[in-house]
Amino acid sequence: MPKDPSIKSVLIIGSGPIIIGQACEFDYSGSQASRSLKEEGVEVSLINSNPATIMTDKVTADHIYLLPLTTDSIEKILQERKIDAVLPTMGGQTALNLCKEADERGIWKKYGVRIIGVNIAAIETTENRELFRQLMVDIGVGVAPSKIANSFLEGKEIAQKLGFPLVIRPSYTLGGTGAGFVYKKEEFEEKLMRGLQASPIHEVLIEKAVFGWKEFELELLRDNKDNVIIICSIENFDPMGIHTGDSITVAPAMTLSDKTYQHMRNLAIKMMRSIGEFAGGCNVQFAVNPEDESIIAVEINPRVSRSSALASKATGYPIAKIAAKMAIGYNLDELQNQITGSTSAFFEPTLDYVIVKIPRWNFDKFHGADRSLGLQMKSVGEAMGIGRSFAEALQKACQSLEINRLGLGADGKGWTRVDDIVHSMEHPSWDRLFHIKEALRLGVPIQSVHNLTKVDKWFLNEIQQLVQIEAELRRYQLNNIPADLMLEIKQKGYADAQIAHLLGNVTEDEVYQRRKELGVKRVYKMVDTCAAEFPSQTPYLYSTFEAAFRRADGELAAENESVVSNKKKVIVLGSGPNRIGQGIEFDYSCVHGILAARESGYEAIMVNCNPETVSTDFDIADKLYFEPVFWEHIYELIEYEKPEGVIVQLGGQTALKLSERLHQNGIKIIGTSFDSMDLAEDRGRFSDLLKSLDIPYPLYGVAESAEEALVVANKVGYPVLVRPSYVLGGQGMSIVINDEELEIAVIKLLKNLPGNRVLIDHFLDRAEEAEADVICDGENIQFIGLMEHIEPAGIHSGDSYAVLPPFSLSESVLDQMREYARKIALALNVRGLLNIQYAIKKDKVYVIEANPRASRTVPFIAKAHQVPYINIATKVMLGVKKLSDFKIDPVSFGYAIKEPVFSFDKFPNVNKELGPEMKSTGEAIRFIDSIEDPYFRNLYKEKSMYLSR
Amino acid sequence: MKYTPKSPAVLVLQDGTVFYGKSAGKVGTATGEICFNTGMTGYQEVFTDPSYKGQLLLATNVHIGNYGITDNESESNSIKIAGLICRNFSQHHSRKQADASLTDYFIEQNMVAICEIDTRALVRHIRNKGAMNGIISSETLDVDVLKKSLANVPSMEGLELSSTVSTKEPYFFGNPDAKFKVAVLDEGVKTNTLRCLSDRNCYVKVYPYNTSFEEMNAWEPDGFLISNGPGDPAVMPNVVQIVKDIIAHDKPVFGICLGHQLIAEACGISTFKMFNGHRGINHPVKNMVTGHSEVTSQNHGFSIGLKDADKSDVVEITHVNLNDHSVEGIRVKNKKAFSVQYHPESAPGPDDSRYLFDEFVGSLRVGKSAETLA
Repeated sequence: MPKDPSIKSVLIIGSGPIIIGQACEFDYSGSQASRSLKEEGVEVSLINSNPATIMTDKVTADHIYLLPLTTDSIEKILQERKIDAVLPTMGGQTALNLCKEADERGIWKKYGVRIIGVNIAAIETTENRELFRQLMVDIGVGVAPSKIANSFLEGKEIAQKLGFPLVIRPSYTLGGTGAGFVYKKEEFEEKLMRGLQASPIHEVLIEKAVFGWKEFELELLRDNKDNVIIICSIENFDPMGIHTGDSITVAPAMTLSDKTYQHMRNLAIKMMRSIGEFAGGCNVQFAVNPEDESIIAVEINPRVSRSSALASKATGYPIAKIAAKMAIGYNLDELQNQITGSTSAFFEPTLDYVIVKIPRWNFDKFHGADRSLGLQMKSVGEAMGIGRSFAEALQKACQSLEINRLGLGADGKGWTRVDDIVHSMEHPSWDRLFHIKEALRLGVPIQSVHNLTKVDKWFLNEIQQLVQIEAELRRYQLNNIPADLMLEIKQKGYADAQIAHLLGNVTEDEVYQRRKELGVKRVYKMVDTCAAEFPSQTPYLYSTFEAAFRRADGELAAENESVVSNKKKVIVLGSGPNRIGQGIEFDYSCVHGILAARESGYEAIMVNCNPETVSTDFDIADKLYFEPVFWEHIYELIEYEKPEGVIVQLGGQTALKLSERLHQNGIKIIGTSFDSMDLAEDRGRFSDLLKSLDIPYPLYGVAESAEEALVVANKVGYPVLVRPSYVLGGQGMSIVINDEELEIAVIKLLKNLPGNRVLIDHFLDRAEEAEADVICDGENIQFIGLMEHIEPAGIHSGDSYAVLPPFSLSESVLDQMREYARKIALALNVRGLLNIQYAIKKDKVYVIEANPRASRTVPFIAKAHQVPYINIATKVMLGVKKLSDFKIDPVSFGYAIKEPVFSFDKFPNVNKELGPEMKSTGEAIRFIDSIEDPYFRNLYKEKSMYLSR
Repeated sequence: MKYTPKSPAVLVLQDGTVFYGKSAGKVGTATGEICFNTGMTGYQEVFTDPSYKGQLLLATNVHIGNYGITDNESESNSIKIAGLICRNFSQHHSRKQADASLTDYFIEQNMVAICEIDTRALVRHIRNKGAMNGIISSETLDVDVLKKSLANVPSMEGLELSSTVSTKEPYFFGNPDAKFKVAVLDEGVKTNTLRCLSDRNCYVKVYPYNTSFEEMNAWEPDGFLISNGPGDPAVMPNVVQIVKDIIAHDKPVFGICLGHQLIAEACGISTFKMFNGHRGINHPVKNMVTGHSEVTSQNHGFSIGLKDADKSDVVEITHVNLNDHSVEGIRVKNKKAFSVQYHPESAPGPDDSRYLFDEFVGSLRVGKSAETLA
């Protein structure tokens, strides 16, 4: 059936603020779905309370509702606009739940709205563990044996029957809360009791734990004719027992025979068909017993998911886009493969490369958090590496994580105590992968590592080969490494910096020069869905190393599929994996930067390694390089593409911190110069600048030891704010009030970040905090907006409620803020964006810091004002436009409040008190007409409480 | 375990292109037409598929050998490919059920392989220049010597190969008490085809590739299956005549791959060598009768003419390829004969098309009851 003509207007439900377990992958799917529907001439309305998303931008949907995700909001939209159908499958569980709730309240029926992409019964079946289990039994699909217990006694009887280990899952708790493994009888009673208490209906599911079984996921698409295809198979490196969101995953599946894979494929199709008739995407998870290859179903999600975003990036197949088209009536055989542009969308992508996804955790933000990995997801982001072997993809993913590692080890940061390593392997946390490598390096046998981790031996053997090639490399010096070995080690994903470390006494740059002399250079290959069987139209690229071959005309060279055009071009550096303090808002900025560069006649080239993002969608940039935002990859790419310059202002601190090396290597930084950026980032230079501009700032000093710190603190006066220089999101920051506290804080900082310097600022106690975002073209400045924080200074700006425009600051204060912003922007000769943070005490404004880049608040203000500030700033940066070329006309509204959202429920034992270190994972926007609004009054009351403390 | 450097190997193409890689499997030299397969699972089934006879298999999946070799997953009694070209040849494997590593299996079967070459570049080369012959060697790296040997390798076009892979003597497969009897004309049949029949209550007798209709019919089968196999159907007039005789007899006939091409030839539809064949387990086929689509397993370098089939009075087109719109299935009008270009027995590949076996066995049932009634 072609497109259903009765669907003219569709409402897409977003997933709301970013929380652990539901992150920016749903901005990716929602944006794709929206663009896909618009392509078909469908009018798209979108509801989401998350202002940092690209889906809530005019470039994505026709009508945007930045409203709380409640049925009242839905009803308000339906009263205002004729909606034919609602698509709830793009916004995670939040959207499905809201859709279900609205259905229960009869809202869809009342307004004549059809639910497309899923059916309500399917949601019900897949969410209710008992219904799901029963259905699987009915259709003959294996599941882990389990039973529901409503009492302590019942629970004990079930446990006796099933045997240990077991899983206890309390019913009706969110996100796996209270779920846990029980390894032996002794711990059972206590955990059962806790589980029953955690459940609001005093009910737990007791399930046989298939601990250590291999874990797989399949991504399915089904159309209205019941045609089903498998887009991707994903194998978890970490076996059953660790949440898939916290597992390292690999695609395609590496250790499945065709026989087992086809069996799994058949089961998946059967399962999808069993949960109801609907056209759309579906994710199915399986566990495979390595002993006899028997398969059991773990769960099924009738919607796009984190894994389908990953599968889209892994294969090039735009799952959300196609799912949206099917939701309005198309069938797969009527649609085209958008990557090749010539073949059918009804097919199963095939990969001639490997992808590895590694989650990004942020335990350092949650002091006292249980860092062990288990049934509950704890990671906040992820990075994906693409390579022509598992080892290469794995190392590229490690290089993408930005955790100060150069790859999988070989960087002098490994552990050497076998006892610690063995403990870590048995008790997995974020660093287990690294410890597996260390164990093998120290000679722990593969069998032992397998026994401790249950990681499939194929993966362990591949890591063992890394250990072997490292030993081989150490036999050489830079000048006598054979070209073959250099190629092989680069093919295994080693960074030049790792090779330099292994050789000793050489620099990364020297290794780079030497390998170029040996002819070992990166080549770029395409992600094309079809392993090159058909020509592809889409420049979605990744780097690898390949042996040269001799063509018939005699030329000896490796093949490079990336064709460098002679157009003027610019590279936009992305922000890497999401983490606290650097999230989706930078993806928003990168997307707008790319679009603005394209509008300005540039070939826009995107580089990023975060599979959850819109900026890495294949149809956003002119050219997409899915690569680590890691020096070596960036530099070699720049040498290859020879862009006019690089935009570092949009990709957060990740991109900004590469600017020094770019500058040193003579690469042009678009917009504000490196020197100006350094001036803003270097505390000493910046304070000198403020002094010369006659701008007040809190007294400060720099210390390299605890003794020095005491001297500085007494000079600037307590209370003081202590922090390491060059950090993100206030990492490691604290406020102390006396010598004793200071000593403890400084010693801890220097221990965790050896070699770092400590900044000590006088802390303006009970000050108010505000910030400004501006665009400057070197002559004029444009205020994007001023925002007043509700919490006082001392609470990280990312964790504060903030109000646009300021609601209580006096005109005199606002004037000071504006004047200082203007002075600083012009003094720094900013071309592009600048964010300034202020503290205000007794009507006197102090400048705390200036960030010469897009900030967290720019997307928020852009949404509230409905002005494309990043687009304007990018054109100013590129020098193609002056501020005077734009007519900037913000819409009027009362106040917009930025509400921080936390994921503390994932870390029950963590101190929830806020401070200078950012802890929120997401944000929402809420509009109010006046400060008399009861919601606002309530917030404000809390402010007074803070101030009186 | 220590790092062991691999010995070198080269691959020389008919057009003079030379790839330098590493040796895997047996040290030696192998020649054949290079064809690429895009499947991500099922290397063992592919290596042992008789349709690959005489071909150098280029695997696009970057890791080959990960799960070793398991005796009961072969599609025939030996490796049928002429040699293997891949990116990463796994030195180790992981599967409890496995009986051997790929290396051991290759050495036992005298199979030569080259790895660590840019397989993607090679696929693109062949995609653009068309299928061509090649030579792999790990015993001599002298390109001029290899070029001379390569010159003696015949073109796949005009080559009859069924005789080299077909059984020499008839044999039985399955349960003698099964309800139906099916005669299989073995042009290079895969074991899973026989399994698919026996699983559906058929007792199977497999006949050499050139067995006459009379000889097969003497066993009184309920239907015939013309199997897959290697080579060019255009140079098999004797077999085409046998297929004509079978169809004329009016019992149910099912053709797979080469069998499909032979049925087409028997109906006066010409076949041709494709620029690049279809080889993989993800090929989209639409059933024009039901309107449903299926993901199919394919392995063919020859095809039947779309125009011929389209204007034929004798056959109707039942299946088409959604990528290039080539003919994927036909039915002989007013007969119980039908055939598909792809592999409903898969192995490797999806089981989406198994319904064709059901349909075939269903037509045996109709025939049988008619007979019983008569």
